[in-house]
Amino acid sequence: MSSISFTKPYFALSVPTIPRWKSLILPLLIALLIVLPLIGLVVNIFNPTIALWQKLWATTLPTMLINTFVLMAGVGIGTLIIGVGFAWLVTAYQFWGRAWFERLLLLPLALPAYVMGFVFMATFDYAGPIYTQWRAWFGKDAWFPEIRSAFGAILVLTLVLYPYVYLLARAAFREQAALTVEAARMMGYSRTRAFLRLVLPLARPSIVAGVMLAMMEAMTDYGTVRFFGYSTLSEGIVRVWELRYDRQTATELAALLFFVALAFIALERLLRGRARYYQQGGHGRVLPRVPLKGWGNLFASGACWLLLAIAFILPVAQLVGWGISEMDKSTIGAWRDVYGNYVGTSLSLAGISAGVIILFALVVAHGVRRTSSTTKRRIPRIIARLATLGYAMPGAVVAAGVLLFLSPIDHAVTDFAESLGRTDRSLLLTGTITILIYAYLVRYMAVGFNSIESSLEKVTPNMEHAARTLGARTRRVLFRVHLPLVSTGVLAGAILVFVDVMKELPVTLLLRPFGTDTLALWTYYLAAESFWQAAAIPALTILVVGLIPVFLLMKLGDRGNGAIRT
Amino acid sequence: MVQSALRVQGLIKRYGALYAVDDVSFELGSGDILALLGASGCGKTTTLRLIAGLETPDDGEIWLGERRVSGGGDWIQPENRRVGMVFQDYALFPHLNVSANIAFGLRQYHGDKQARVAEMLRVVGLEGMEKRMPHQLSGGQQQRVALARALAPQPSILLLDEPFSNLDAALRAQVRAEVRAILREANVTSIFVTHDQEEALSLADKVAMMREGRILQFGTPHEIYSRPANRDVAQFVGEANFVPAVARGMTAQSALGDIALLQEAHGAVSLLIRPEAIHIAPHGTPARVVWSEFYGHDQRLGVILEDGTSLVIRIDSHTVYVQDAVIGLHVPYAVWAYPD
Repeated sequence: MSSISFTKPYFALSVPTIPRWKSLILPLLIALLIVLPLIGLVVNIFNPTIALWQKLWATTLPTMLINTFVLMAGVGIGTLIIGVGFAWLVTAYQFWGRAWFERLLLLPLALPAYVMGFVFMATFDYAGPIYTQWRAWFGKDAWFPEIRSAFGAILVLTLVLYPYVYLLARAAFREQAALTVEAARMMGYSRTRAFLRLVLPLARPSIVAGVMLAMMEAMTDYGTVRFFGYSTLSEGIVRVWELRYDRQTATELAALLFFVALAFIALERLLRGRARYYQQGGHGRVLPRVPLKGWGNLFASGACWLLLAIAFILPVAQLVGWGISEMDKSTIGAWRDVYGNYVGTSLSLAGISAGVIILFALVVAHGVRRTSSTTKRRIPRIIARLATLGYAMPGAVVAAGVLLFLSPIDHAVTDFAESLGRTDRSLLLTGTITILIYAYLVRYMAVGFNSIESSLEKVTPNMEHAARTLGARTRRVLFRVHLPLVSTGVLAGAILVFVDVMKELPVTLLLRPFGTDTLALWTYYLAAESFWQAAAIPALTILVVGLIPVFLLMKLGDRGNGAIRT
Repeated sequence: MVQSALRVQGLIKRYGALYAVDDVSFELGSGDILALLGASGCGKTTTLRLIAGLETPDDGEIWLGERRVSGGGDWIQPENRRVGMVFQDYALFPHLNVSANIAFGLRQYHGDKQARVAEMLRVVGLEGMEKRMPHQLSGGQQQRVALARALAPQPSILLLDEPFSNLDAALRAQVRAEVRAILREANVTSIFVTHDQEEALSLADKVAMMREGRILQFGTPHEIYSRPANRDVAQFVGEANFVPAVARGMTAQSALGDIALLQEAHGAVSLLIRPEAIHIAPHGTPARVVWSEFYGHDQRLGVILEDGTSLVIRIDSHTVYVQDAVIGLHVPYAVWAYPD
């Protein structure tokens, strides 16, 4: 999940207290902490193991590359069509259940892709109920779409990722459509033509952002593609690392993927470019919706039902069914212990990470904010961008980078501890959850930072000045003005990070200390062994937690949209 | 001598090579309302922020009463200056309701804080609005909350930065009168920044006309308007006709006839004649009407004299003058003259 940040020029907080560059020291250190592991990977690729690459190129690498691009392209096209189509449907037309669907279509965001993946596999695979029924009807050799394929992976990822496009496109349509369409119709355009010729191009930056986000997530995905036997770069890294214990290959592959991701970020900037269209006025006004009648009404409503059913209701119903049958089993006492264990680990990992990330994000956002004068915004912006670079990086890349970076430090630290009389030879950083928290920090800093930064924009420099002329010292200003105003942003950021860590798979898989298992890992292992029923319980737990930010998003969407209440 | 409420001495603020405030000095008596008037970029807001302590001066001194708050090695933080400030965007705290906003500065207040908040609400006429949040208020109401918040801790001086610019024209005149009444009742020394000459002249006791970081003239509204220090000031504070004339002591001879002067002058001068200072008289200097604009309460006429001098006059709206009508002009008042 991600929030979009807008950069506004704001005036320097020029109250003379401390020199401004000093407030950049901590943000710079944090940015370095996040970037150094990634830089380490880059340095690593300049010293490649030639034989290894030759072997890779002769065997699996071409397939992985092609698969990665096919997956990304497929998910890009799929989420574009579904996301934009449904966003326009709920914005421009009135049909039965529209107001409900408008919000409910966000629900699939709560499902991690690997959960959706294993539910689909269990349902559509050869032994699954659908295929079995199909064979009963049409004979043993009747054609049936193969779910363990590019098609299956693209379908599943499209279904969980389309809400990104939907959300951003809907916001763009809502902001711009009313005025644009009215102006276009005064010039003789039909609504449809106005949509195609004006609304869509105007919303392009938002749509591109959404599609790119979905494609990045597809690139990052590990669980789904593994279940479907569809080897991508992300999946390949984890596979050679985890199954073959070949860290050298994994690290070099990760470096390659790093460059793919970097190229992708560049492409995104290029595509979005300067295209930041703004429509002034008409704020809070929505496009009058065209009521659909008869077949149109039925079709629109039916399409929404269908999407919601496939992408959320049926998978969740299946999970609930499995979960209930699992709980009926006699092993109930056994799983309760395990469950409690995993929930505890997941919650504490997510909680600690959220705390650390939000604290660091506050420091960076505050420092950047303090130093962003209208004239010299470059350095703070660069620091902010570096600190948030990890979000575009697949978990496998982050894991490889962090381990590569931390290992030598870890050995030094452990040796030092030993010289002080520590007898235990276990590694202090990489052998503990420290490395996990660090990797989450690299990966999810952007999530926390964007939430906090956008809420900090609500605090104008004049508010701070007003507080100071009213006799408030710096600390009182911080506690009475800044913190209360950013508290929603802090909370939202913390929840988003919490949920992301809860759902996280590849980083946890690769870096967890021995014996540390999370709900996500438990789900993954059970599903990989086809224990669908058992996997349903941790999967549902993750889903419930994942619903919190989705509900927040729905509430947020209600604001400034009077029409939704009717 | 009465202690001045504010004394600014040789104030300088540079941004690189640019002098935003260039050797500004003035003094303000207790209870006075000063308008810092000038076009945007003239240094008026910077001056205000220097007094508040939101900017550090490069040179000069600022005294609030007997306290030197800046200069000569002294620096008092803004929170310790007892300066109240009303910002252009009001800068109300959006998470606090009206009373909490007003009470924000009352932490050090010795006395009944609740009573003080209630009193301020009464002063600004917002009784019953205590629990409202800032976004539930109109622009004018928000401004009054900002004013109440700034006045509540009994500041030694109140600073207002473009206080009326966010209000629409219809509301502005009304709010201006209200603010003036509130400032009078609170009897607080105030400085406000504006680029609107009408606002400055109607609200202030003293006007400081600024340009390029310097004060061009400091005086009462009447002085600034009728005896501007130079032609720039004359044109900034109102519409001006400059009529060439030859001065001989207390009178000057011009195309409009002999006109009395406010001060003695000799030789070639330009007379500053405000449009409303020219009256229509049956036997006055003949002039031809070129254009007219009707305002309701009065009208403006563009006229041309026989020698080709163009003038703008402002007269009552009871008579309609058609184009090319010939009228007689007369200047009954003494006027200000600039040597050429």
